[in-house]
Amino acid sequence: MIETEPTLPRWMIAAAGAKAPATSGRRRRRSAVERTIQGMAHALRTSVFSEQIAARQGLLQRTDPRAKSAGLLALLMAAAIIRTPLLLLTLYALTLAAAASSRVSLRFFIKRVWLFIPVFAGVIVLPSIFNVVKAGDPLFTIWSFGHEVRLGPWSLGTSLAITRQGLAGAAILILRVAVSVSLAVLLTLTTRWSDLLKALRIFYVPRVFVLILSMAYRYIFLLLSLASDMFTARRSRMVGPGSPRDDRHFAASSMGTLLGKSSTLSDEIYAAMVSRGFNGEPMTMRPFRMRTQDLLLLVAALLLAIAAVGGDRLLG
Amino acid sequence: MHIPDGYISPQTAGGLWAMMVPVWYTAGHKVKRTLRQRQAPLVAIGAAFTFVIMMFNIPVPGGTSAHAVGGTLVAVTLGPWAAVIALTVALVIQALFFGDGGILAIGANCFNMAFILPIVGYYVYRLISAGSSPRGARRWIGAGIGAYVGLNVSAFLVALEVGIQPGLFHTANGTALYSPYGLSQTIPAMMLVHLTVIGFVEAGVTALAVVYLQRARIGLLAGEKAAAPAAGPRLRPLLIGLLLMLIFVPLGLLATATAWGEWSPEDIRRRFGFIPEGMNRFSGFWSGILPHYGVRGSFWSSVPGYMASAAIGLAIVGGLTFLAVKLIHRTKKSD
Repeated sequence: MIETEPTLPRWMIAAAGAKAPATSGRRRRRSAVERTIQGMAHALRTSVFSEQIAARQGLLQRTDPRAKSAGLLALLMAAAIIRTPLLLLTLYALTLAAAASSRVSLRFFIKRVWLFIPVFAGVIVLPSIFNVVKAGDPLFTIWSFGHEVRLGPWSLGTSLAITRQGLAGAAILILRVAVSVSLAVLLTLTTRWSDLLKALRIFYVPRVFVLILSMAYRYIFLLLSLASDMFTARRSRMVGPGSPRDDRHFAASSMGTLLGKSSTLSDEIYAAMVSRGFNGEPMTMRPFRMRTQDLLLLVAALLLAIAAVGGDRLLG
Repeated sequence: MHIPDGYISPQTAGGLWAMMVPVWYTAGHKVKRTLRQRQAPLVAIGAAFTFVIMMFNIPVPGGTSAHAVGGTLVAVTLGPWAAVIALTVALVIQALFFGDGGILAIGANCFNMAFILPIVGYYVYRLISAGSSPRGARRWIGAGIGAYVGLNVSAFLVALEVGIQPGLFHTANGTALYSPYGLSQTIPAMMLVHLTVIGFVEAGVTALAVVYLQRARIGLLAGEKAAAPAAGPRLRPLLIGLLLMLIFVPLGLLATATAWGEWSPEDIRRRFGFIPEGMNRFSGFWSGILPHYGVRGSFWSSVPGYMASAAIGLAIVGGLTFLAVKLIHRTKKSD
């Protein structure tokens, strides 16, 4: 993580530093308990940094959340429809520009976006560029077998080659995933969670659903720290890694404990809400204000989305 | 299990959004009626709980670990419809905030993991545990088997949704526009690992958690009646029908012969040697609305057209059935 802010204690950042994802098999294997603790710490850190970036004064932070989410959604749809790699690349460049003008450091933004969804997409899509997995016109032949190679009932053909279709398809998939993730990250990095939820009302999301979303988000952090405490307590009582069987039992019982605590918690919260006058209908306090520049940005985003799809039809 | 944006086409994603709208509506209605004002805190904390247990790493024999979904556990304790909303909220937060699963794909991810998984898991649980005492062994056995079946059905749906992409959406020279792997590759890839490993992890953890609740918090298992579906419009047949249709729509694509009785004028000429005069006159009218089930020569080749027509048809039929059920229910009530 690049953006180490002084507000977080050093150990919190160091504890789950840039370690390899959980799938790295060869190194000393971290126990499931440790991996869970690190995953939870990562989730907490992610949201703390997001709120810090959302508090900065940048282009997207200043935009009305409704205009911003509608505009980014239109671009997201355009990114899902277009099929020209060049246009996808242009859209990607635009997300970089938007990030830069919103005071999000580019190194942080690129790392946040590419690790790990588009990289993962790249790994998944890799086999499909070879003709033995997916048929296509050979572009580079890697190895000519000279005769047809059969593997049981499957024929592998007479050569191993990278196909034109496979390569183009892989490029489109990775770019599309990267643009989609960039747009989503831009929205959540530059918008306070509470504002983002309120903006959902323009998409006709029922008010009670928005209330549930915001309460759930609020209590995720409480439950996360409860669960994290349980796992840390467990780890601190262990010498060496536990047996997988014990770990499974532990995970299941902590789920049960957590469920019990959640149930008690929801009773208490409900009592607290009723005593403050809650009658089943949520109310909002702060109204949004749509300014001319918000509308201009929204119109620009919509035009851009339409232009991208139109351009795609012309080129394709 | 979380499908990111870019793997499935907007047509598929949109279709699944459309299917989720009546589901959310029904779930909201049922939860409102059974839980009343308590719904907001209960479902919200349920969602937060779901989110947190999705982060648990469960050790798998062989050394690695897998994440639990916990959908069946939530359904068993909160009731199936509250679980639909709680899981939806958890998935929306994951997609918006943590990038797990795409935003356009929220409909698809909710369909697989917040609707089919808890509903299938819950009804399998009910089937096995019906009539047993809250402390009985059939409770945890049922929850475990329900979790296994629910997770695997949901994994199969993911494989279907992703696997139909290359056949439906590709350029003229065969370049895949979304996920490049066909059903013959996605189904084995998803099902092998879910049937053999992840399904058992989910089943084991769910069963163990229910055993724990039986020992420590029996009230959470006994109290499920309040959240169980009360007498109301019987939506289950409709939902099962919709599910079957969704599964069989792709099968229609595999059939090479034309459907009996759905011949185009050309087919008729081939079969009978002439075209009935009236049919010739009216065939132009119908092809104007849904041209040959597929818009020829445009972005939608005939196969995506077929899919889209199926989706539109499904939505219309589903909507009308829903309305009819509602109406019948209302007249019954006023009797």
